[in-house]
Amino acid sequence: MPRLVIDPVTRIEGHLRIEASLEGGKVSDAWSAGTMFRGIELILQGRDPREAWIWAQRICGVCTMVHALASVRAVEDALQIDVPENARLVRNLIAGSQMVQDHVVHFYHLHALDWVDVASALKADPAKTSSIAQSISDYEKSSTTYFRGIQQRVKGVVDSGQLSLFASGYWGHPAYTLPPEVNLLAVAHYLEALSFQKDFIRIHAALGGKNPHPQTFLVGGMSTAMDPNEPFAVINPERITFLRQLVKGARKFVEQVYIPDVLAIAPLYKDWFTRGEGLGNFLSYGDYSSGDEKDPKTFMFPRGVVLGRDLTKVHPVDPAKITESVSHSWYDYSGGDAAKHPSQGETNPKYTGPKPPYDQLDVANKYSWLKTPRYDGKPMEVGPLARMIVGYASGSKEIQSVVNGALKALNAPPAVLFSTLGRIAARALEAQMMANKLESWVDQLDSNMAHGKVAMFNPVHWDPSTWPSSASGYGWHEAPRGSLGHWVEISGKSIKNYQAVVPTTWNAGPRDGQGQRGAYEASLLNTPVADPARPLELLRTIHSFDPCIACAVHVIDAQGRKYTLPKAV
Amino acid sequence: MLTPETDLGNALARRGISRRQLVKFCSAALGTLCMPERYLAQTVAAISKTKKPVLVWLQFQDCTGCSESILRSSHPEVADVVLDLLSWEYHEVIMAGAGDAANRTLDRVVKEDKGKYLVVVEGAIPTADGGVYCTIGGHSAMEIAETVCRNAAATIAVGACAFDGGLVRSKPNPTGALGVQEAVPGIKVINMAGCPHNPVNTAAVLVHYLTFNDLPALDQYNRPLFAYGRVIHDQCERRAHYDAGRFVTEWGDEGHRKGWCLYKMGCKGPAATFNCPVVQWNDHTSWPVRAGHGCIACASPRFWDHMSPFYERLPNVPGFGVEVTASEIGVGLVGAVVAGVTAHGLIKMIKPAPQPPAEPAQTREEA
Repeated sequence: MPRLVIDPVTRIEGHLRIEASLEGGKVSDAWSAGTMFRGIELILQGRDPREAWIWAQRICGVCTMVHALASVRAVEDALQIDVPENARLVRNLIAGSQMVQDHVVHFYHLHALDWVDVASALKADPAKTSSIAQSISDYEKSSTTYFRGIQQRVKGVVDSGQLSLFASGYWGHPAYTLPPEVNLLAVAHYLEALSFQKDFIRIHAALGGKNPHPQTFLVGGMSTAMDPNEPFAVINPERITFLRQLVKGARKFVEQVYIPDVLAIAPLYKDWFTRGEGLGNFLSYGDYSSGDEKDPKTFMFPRGVVLGRDLTKVHPVDPAKITESVSHSWYDYSGGDAAKHPSQGETNPKYTGPKPPYDQLDVANKYSWLKTPRYDGKPMEVGPLARMIVGYASGSKEIQSVVNGALKALNAPPAVLFSTLGRIAARALEAQMMANKLESWVDQLDSNMAHGKVAMFNPVHWDPSTWPSSASGYGWHEAPRGSLGHWVEISGKSIKNYQAVVPTTWNAGPRDGQGQRGAYEASLLNTPVADPARPLELLRTIHSFDPCIACAVHVIDAQGRKYTLPKAV
Repeated sequence: MLTPETDLGNALARRGISRRQLVKFCSAALGTLCMPERYLAQTVAAISKTKKPVLVWLQFQDCTGCSESILRSSHPEVADVVLDLLSWEYHEVIMAGAGDAANRTLDRVVKEDKGKYLVVVEGAIPTADGGVYCTIGGHSAMEIAETVCRNAAATIAVGACAFDGGLVRSKPNPTGALGVQEAVPGIKVINMAGCPHNPVNTAAVLVHYLTFNDLPALDQYNRPLFAYGRVIHDQCERRAHYDAGRFVTEWGDEGHRKGWCLYKMGCKGPAATFNCPVVQWNDHTSWPVRAGHGCIACASPRFWDHMSPFYERLPNVPGFGVEVTASEIGVGLVGAVVAGVTAHGLIKMIKPAPQPPAEPAQTREEA
């Protein structure tokens, strides 16, 4: 029997293909493949490391800025540059608001349609939806009139016969089990979230000039000059007020819309607390320092590794134990397929898959543009769930408090975290933590400015003539989708070697030389599929990871393929 | 069976979009297009009477930043109105269906709306090695673009990658990436350059198309003149500082805190055309130069190779009190940037003396 194929997997970033074999109505095996390659690694070679972030940021425009941050951190590590506190605060604000915005967009615009039947919302009684909404939240848009208006708007689209983006949905699929009233609530919030995300992300325009792809990072700090007395300073009292207004709005949306919706919908899909478990191994680099960025003890999200779902033990992260292999990826390594540390990484693209157009990949051999990262030889899950698990097991009071609160609300034991719904809940909880945190960083900026502490940039090594003849370093960031690392090698003032190992590569990579599956592949096993022509159940679990494939197609240099730009003397 | 609506004005009204909102939206779009207000009635009338045209959005070697950008449409009503103005049938990042259901949708549009639908392309198209560097549903990006763009009424290439290959095509261009107009030659195309494209401009192009059933006036790169016809430097809020010789010389210095000119920090504004300083980003909140960083000329041809290194200052700056148009700023000039970089040590200072301000450009009245 031919394998079930989902290509394109939509409502994700990038080009992902899933193939799965079915036995007895359940997934017996699965393969995850990235089907697009750009070669940004080769393109970065020979360029000025101070501008690497501008290029690397374009790895992804959904989780925009995360690669910019990892990149400047890597170059700062290589050149031993400490950034001023204000720059750290602005970076925390940009990254933290990215996390909140990204999680909201993921839940409503990328994931909700796996759980919410838009067509069913037409059958809802708006008065009942209104009373459900008012029972779970204080959000002011909750009247019968409001929900009737939303219903009319959806009806208008359906009646037109031009269903737009909703035309291809799996409406009426037996796996959709929400009552019509809850579907209507979710559809209303889908539209509210569309409006929220573009309003809130103005914070990136204020601190980054624009979104996507903010443009204010610098190796050594930020370009967001701060001055309490200058109307044209990027950060001044007027802008502080604006930032405060935006972060308050985010907190309100997360607390009054996102969290109540997750807590209301999750119990109606209880089966998914035991499906999509995956690996049980979790990695978090940790991030969001309250002081010294080199000290993981100052991190809001702790650093650590949890193995085999054992919450009693957190292992330290040793950067030397990270490797990538290409046993099932369309690349050649010099000296065979043995795994390599990122600082020694290579990428020689060598496609050996079927000639397009094709129907099936050759999954016994190489089948993806993604490589296979491992920690100490083990496959790892990264992302919001990994952060919550590592934080919970590490004894973070804040994380234990939100996780225990949610488990109590759901009347469920911690074991439910290891699931498709566990990932969704973890994402919502960390969005809540972050939305609560943002204002404190605005306050600190404001206080520093009031005390005349306005440094935003450390000029010590801006001039390349101050650099050593060669240097190497790495920069880590906990991006919305998980642990992200960039490794850079600088030689003769330009980039010799650049590599990123990104969250979705950890989760979506193909199996390794030992046949160990990655997180996506493992989590799909045993998933029931009611109708192979409409594989909604597989999408639920894949989407719970929030795939970002453009990121995941690795960014390593190719030793031996030299290109040098004309350079300044 | 459902009956399709034939009157979009009524359809919008039923969706809660009032005539007032529609007029407001059209008015904003006309402003962006630099078209006089007298076209407003015609625009509203045209949009209200149209059955929603079909649009499909393709993503190839992209980062999805241009999709994200359209989701950030700046006026509160724009996203709603744009979604309601068009039947947005295929767009991988946000459409409901996946796999076969998605592929069938695209096939149906190409067949049933042949010659009538609009296609937006995001991302470059890899042409090396038989197209193996980007496949969707087992088909190469080349094959999909050839079929879908060739059968469309017009192709809107959004972002630097779809315009001319963008970052993906930068040296050494490992995948043979090209922009749409080179990968699928001979089609009717409009290029919304930028990294990403600015959604205000793209929405304005859609409105223009719906109103006049044609694309707005284009420059030699097939970019709309209304958005790419003027030099950033001439529209820049820091221009007065340039004319007065007040420059930022180190990040975070007094001039930086006071909003002085970023030319010496590598700003490419004098060699770039775009309406970025005017329409700005994210509901007119800011733009990169406002936020303290130099322009990287992201709407210019082949900017990744030709405008980098981004922190090296331009070797010579046109436009001292002179109107320079997009047609005079091209690859020739930016080529000089790279050449000039090797000699940048010699370039200590550009004209520091105050210059008379540029005359404001005439409002474009073509329609």
